[in-house]
Amino acid sequence: MSKIILRLKEQPTVPLEAEVLSPDTFADLSNDEIRSKIVYHGKRQRRVDDFFDVEGERSDDLELHGNLHRVRWIGRGMSRGRITVHGSVGMHLGAYMKGGEIEVHGNASDWIGAEMRRGLIRVHGNGGGQIGAGYRGSLKGMRNGTIIVDGSAGLEVGMRMRRGTIVIGGPAKDFTGLQMKGGTIVLLSGAEIRTGAWMIRGTIISLVPLQILPTFSYACQYTPDFLKVYSRQLQQLGITLPCDPADGAYELYSGDASVPGKGEVLVWNSA
Amino acid sequence: MLRITGGKVYDPANGIDGEVRELCVSDGKFVSAVESGRTIDATGMIVFPGGVDVHTHVAGGAINFARAMTPEDHRRTQAFIRSQTRRSGLGGMAPTTFATGYLYAGMGWTTVNEAAVPVLSARHTHEELGDIPIVDKSTLVLMANNEIVLDLLENGEYERAKNIVAWYIWAAKSYGVKAVNPGGVAAWKWGKDAKQLTSSIEGYSKLTPGDIILQLARICDDLGLPHPMHLHCNNLGAPGNISTTLDTLQHLEGHRAHIAHSQYHAYGGDDWDEMRSETAQLAEYFNTHPNITTDAGAVLFGDTVTITADGPWQHLLYKLTGRKWGNLDIENETGCGIVPYTYRPSNLVNAIQWSVGLELLLLIKNPWQVFLSTDHPNGGCFWRYPEIIQLLMCADFRKECLKKLPDKIKQRITLPEIVREYTLYEIATAMSAGPARALGLHQKGNLGVGCDADVVIYEHDDDVARMFGHPRYVIKGGEVVIEEGEIRATPDGREFIIKPHYDPGTEQFLQPLFEDCYTMAFENYPVEMERLENPDIRDCVPNL
Repeated sequence: MSKIILRLKEQPTVPLEAEVLSPDTFADLSNDEIRSKIVYHGKRQRRVDDFFDVEGERSDDLELHGNLHRVRWIGRGMSRGRITVHGSVGMHLGAYMKGGEIEVHGNASDWIGAEMRRGLIRVHGNGGGQIGAGYRGSLKGMRNGTIIVDGSAGLEVGMRMRRGTIVIGGPAKDFTGLQMKGGTIVLLSGAEIRTGAWMIRGTIISLVPLQILPTFSYACQYTPDFLKVYSRQLQQLGITLPCDPADGAYELYSGDASVPGKGEVLVWNSA
Repeated sequence: MLRITGGKVYDPANGIDGEVRELCVSDGKFVSAVESGRTIDATGMIVFPGGVDVHTHVAGGAINFARAMTPEDHRRTQAFIRSQTRRSGLGGMAPTTFATGYLYAGMGWTTVNEAAVPVLSARHTHEELGDIPIVDKSTLVLMANNEIVLDLLENGEYERAKNIVAWYIWAAKSYGVKAVNPGGVAAWKWGKDAKQLTSSIEGYSKLTPGDIILQLARICDDLGLPHPMHLHCNNLGAPGNISTTLDTLQHLEGHRAHIAHSQYHAYGGDDWDEMRSETAQLAEYFNTHPNITTDAGAVLFGDTVTITADGPWQHLLYKLTGRKWGNLDIENETGCGIVPYTYRPSNLVNAIQWSVGLELLLLIKNPWQVFLSTDHPNGGCFWRYPEIIQLLMCADFRKECLKKLPDKIKQRITLPEIVREYTLYEIATAMSAGPARALGLHQKGNLGVGCDADVVIYEHDDDVARMFGHPRYVIKGGEVVIEEGEIRATPDGREFIIKPHYDPGTEQFLQPLFEDCYTMAFENYPVEMERLENPDIRDCVPNL
């Protein structure tokens, strides 16, 4: 199947709300129809082709080029297909996503995959805050799916997430796993402070030492069985979790007792 | 001028049951004949008086706090985009002001009664009511936990208490008196509650909830308020609270009263596992005591947000659900708690509540005594009233719904045995004529000559919920506001208020007390008349 290729030709002066940039919207549209779709430049309605050169039609494989750091809601609620971005993207990438894949060769801003249900988002650069989080007021963040950020991440990664996986390659900021209700966060380079605050369930795995909150209690040193299965799965995405007892073991901290919660923080301790 | 011809008219206030009649409107009122103007041909259609909501929460500090607490609902709910005739707004669990007017009028309701206003936030409430278009409004002021009033009742100073209540009603530019968990909310300030009529009230030596209820009912009668005391009984929502409710009703014998959302007050059993419906007992009381009215406070399954002045109950609900909790401080006047909630058919307690609301509507025989309400937004949102109408009119539909409830419920409810189906005439009574009469608004819910020309016209549809959810025409004060599902005009509604008589010395008594303990200046306390956009002062006929 051919691709639809959009190239940014005019940098928006204020954020461009472009939830139409999704395979679900474009899959059955002709080139003309795609060009005429509405995007919101601030409060003003504009056409897609006011900002983008559009090549191709009728495809669920989208390719975006340009510095899209002011373009928000790319892939919002998408359920299938693929978006590849060559450049950086703005806030709410893949929010409410139900399926398909997004790959960004660049940075992404806050709220990547917020409240997503399924699918895969991979950002090769840095991510912002509130990755896979629940929006303000919501009881639950991401319900399932996978988010991988190769670079660093901002505040409140996985806030109120319910299920699914988030992997952060670089360092994450404060409140990673805030009010987490389930799912797994993997921190390949650790996080700043207050990791797992108010977590009720779920797992935070860190490969480097973490500053643990006083409301977490040390339980034991071990390597859970599920990690072997998990690591095999992550291996397919190019991420390696140590789980050979010969290399070391994980320190298990349980909490957050202030909620009270039954979450677990696993910190790798190499032999 | 306007003529509506050919429609089948249901006008319970005048005993008209589905007869083909012609209605004529001039200057916003019904008249016997008009010479010119538009004619609406309603042949084959059903003509009702505009709906009247006797108990709802649509404006003021509490609902506004509920809006602020539920941003997750705003993202998913119906949005009103600004147009030539309409302002922007949001529907959902706690609709915004303008949307509230559009949604009520959109399903044919033309008068609403905001049932809980503390004097302190009355100004805020009136500002919001001014922004609710189309419908006419009235408010009830919260009195049963006001510490100045309670102190007087404790000391047996009835006359002075009566004057103070009258002063408060006028200060709040209100229409009547609401009593919420009398004494219990005052006790909440010590972290306590008062669940029975004889309970002691923390902070008082001899006053009991029973005293407060009786004295306030007497004050309302003596002041000649058009609407009797509007009572939210003690012990709301708790299993076994039927005894408190029946006690309260017996206590009120000889007085007029309106019992709010009685669904929440008709449970048997000793704990949550044993909870059951006790509607048969409560309905029997209503059936033998025609001076008492009530509204159902029915529950519909789904998401909503509960808001009430009953602070202690809301704290308990928060502990039960583990969800968000808001608690507002209303100084000396009352309490206020807000908890978002989801009623689920799979939850036995919720399923019983759903059933209890419908049972009360069906078991209380006289539709002039029991009115349609969900205690919006507590039991469900007001824009879901057509779903209740469908449940009342279609026994088969009820049976279908009952199948989805847990099996364990069978011995705990009576709904499966009830075969009654509401007629259109009875629906018109329970949604319009009855509540209008209970509110003392004689020009509402009535299609007779001289009354306000608020009319709703439905096109017959076998799907009852759709028919009542999408009227063909809605006419408010003689103006066509909804036509073909579109909002055509958004006139401002009026606000009904009363000015009961009080002793001119009342203010001198109140001012020092007020300045002693309130956070605002006394001069800024009463709401000025200029704050109300379209006030309409109604008469009180005092009992001397």
